[in-house]
Amino acid sequence: MHEHDNILLTEAVERYISGEMSPDERLHFENLRKADSEIDQLVVTHTLFMQRMNRYHEWQKFHTSLNEIHTDLATQGKIDSPALKGKARLAYLYNRYKRVASIAASIAGLTALLVSAILWSVTPKSHNVRIEQLSKNLSSLENKSRKQAEEINNLKNSHGADAKTPEITYSSGGTGFIIDNKGLLVTNAHVIQNAQNVAVASSTGVEYFAEVVYADPVRDIALLKITDKDFKPLPPVPYGFSRKMADLAEPVFTLGYPREDENIVYNQGYLSAKTGFNGDTLSCQIQISANRGNSGSPILDDEGDVIGVLNGRQKDQEGVAFFIRSRNLYNILNEVKEKEKTDSSIQNVKLNTRSSITNLNRTQKTKKIQDYVFMVKVN
Amino acid sequence: MKETILEQEILLLKGLARNDKKSTEEIYKQHYNLIQALVVNNNGTADDARDIFQESMVVLFEKARSGTFELNCQIKTYLYSVAKRLWLKKLQQQSRFTEEWNDAGNLVKVDEDLEAHAQKDQDYTLMHHSIQHLGEPCKSLLEAFYFKKKSMQEIAEAFGYTNSENAKTQKYKCLMRLKKIFFSQYKK
Repeated sequence: MHEHDNILLTEAVERYISGEMSPDERLHFENLRKADSEIDQLVVTHTLFMQRMNRYHEWQKFHTSLNEIHTDLATQGKIDSPALKGKARLAYLYNRYKRVASIAASIAGLTALLVSAILWSVTPKSHNVRIEQLSKNLSSLENKSRKQAEEINNLKNSHGADAKTPEITYSSGGTGFIIDNKGLLVTNAHVIQNAQNVAVASSTGVEYFAEVVYADPVRDIALLKITDKDFKPLPPVPYGFSRKMADLAEPVFTLGYPREDENIVYNQGYLSAKTGFNGDTLSCQIQISANRGNSGSPILDDEGDVIGVLNGRQKDQEGVAFFIRSRNLYNILNEVKEKEKTDSSIQNVKLNTRSSITNLNRTQKTKKIQDYVFMVKVN
Repeated sequence: MKETILEQEILLLKGLARNDKKSTEEIYKQHYNLIQALVVNNNGTADDARDIFQESMVVLFEKARSGTFELNCQIKTYLYSVAKRLWLKKLQQQSRFTEEWNDAGNLVKVDEDLEAHAQKDQDYTLMHHSIQHLGEPCKSLLEAFYFKKKSMQEIAEAFGYTNSENAKTQKYKCLMRLKKIFFSQYKK
């Protein structure tokens, strides 16, 4: 009975606050308020609470539209956010850094210096000793972000590649790995940035055509779909995708294609910080020997669960690398499903949550996983 | 000329206040690059710039909603002033404050607005945590009623209650729990 009264009272308070009461009713309620301090107190706290709740809702809607607008404008090139490509982006960055660098240099020279500033992407494969030496002269630039350094680096490479190789040969590369056995892969957005054609090659060297179904330069994640009719679906994905945050010192391992000869390479390390560069919470820091070409490699824990996607390393510290947490993959997949409503091959994708290789030792795990790790080639 | 710019800005702010996407997009498009340059030239990343700009937009949104925007101050100047303060604060929190501050924009006083914003932001976070801790079906039920404005009848059907009276009782219990979580941490 008491509860029933309270329900009616709360309902009345809400109607009072929102002004839905008739004048008579309102007068009656106000008298009740004056007479009963408990009711008055309830009106005060409930008004405050409803205000907070409504504002919460308004802000949430506003945040959603801000994010949509940002993505739209960045894709259309109406704002200078990292979706910009090609020469426009280069010119923009050039102007932006002109003052900081305060050196007269050719565009190529300038970008080379900036690349060395702090982090570089692990995308390109040819080693450039000059960059490493130059880096020592430019400590003032060391605070610039990984993201921008990566972008410039990508630009430099894709730019150079465009100029030098008009014929269809795949010029730069990274790593990608299967998230759905019918041929959906994840890699870094910077690996496929500016790509016209994308192909993936398995650890046995078989090459398949693929297309980009999604790319988010902010989170640095891209999804690729193998479109080649020669591709046969693989057995179910052996690793799971962990939403959990790994613990400090937890051992991790990875497989990727950092070498010229396109052979798959295994590496191991441990989680060294729960945030990425400059406190970035989307990513984590690991101690691992990552090389160029490792971009987009899966980072696995001892259970055989993928905890993230490798996306960069810190230039001035040996062995420090970063990965984007798997949690982001769940979000991205949902966004893609929203967008690609008609594509049933994507609608049916569900990330495997449980590793089927938990009980195998590291060598056996690696053997199982390597068929699902591909080299990504772009031109 | 000046008249029309002012009029345009008034229209944009009115649109912003009712969360009209076109107006928001226009403001976004006009001012994003300026704020990004501010953040990036002062030790920030593109991601930081996005966060700071969007938070400044929330401050402007609240300002527009309250109807107290001073019309002699341009949107640009306002956003710039807010963004600068927010970014300085963030840099200080992370103790990566730069001594060289690269900055060229006009500024207006935004102290009061930012103080109000800090409080609102805290309330927002608290509400968010409270709702997240509520658990299901309470979370969805309250969202359906208060945010999506569904009727008790619709809610009863969607959540499988035998009638709208039962749904109402359930909603009441959920609301009481949410209020309890919220006020246990709310500071006056």
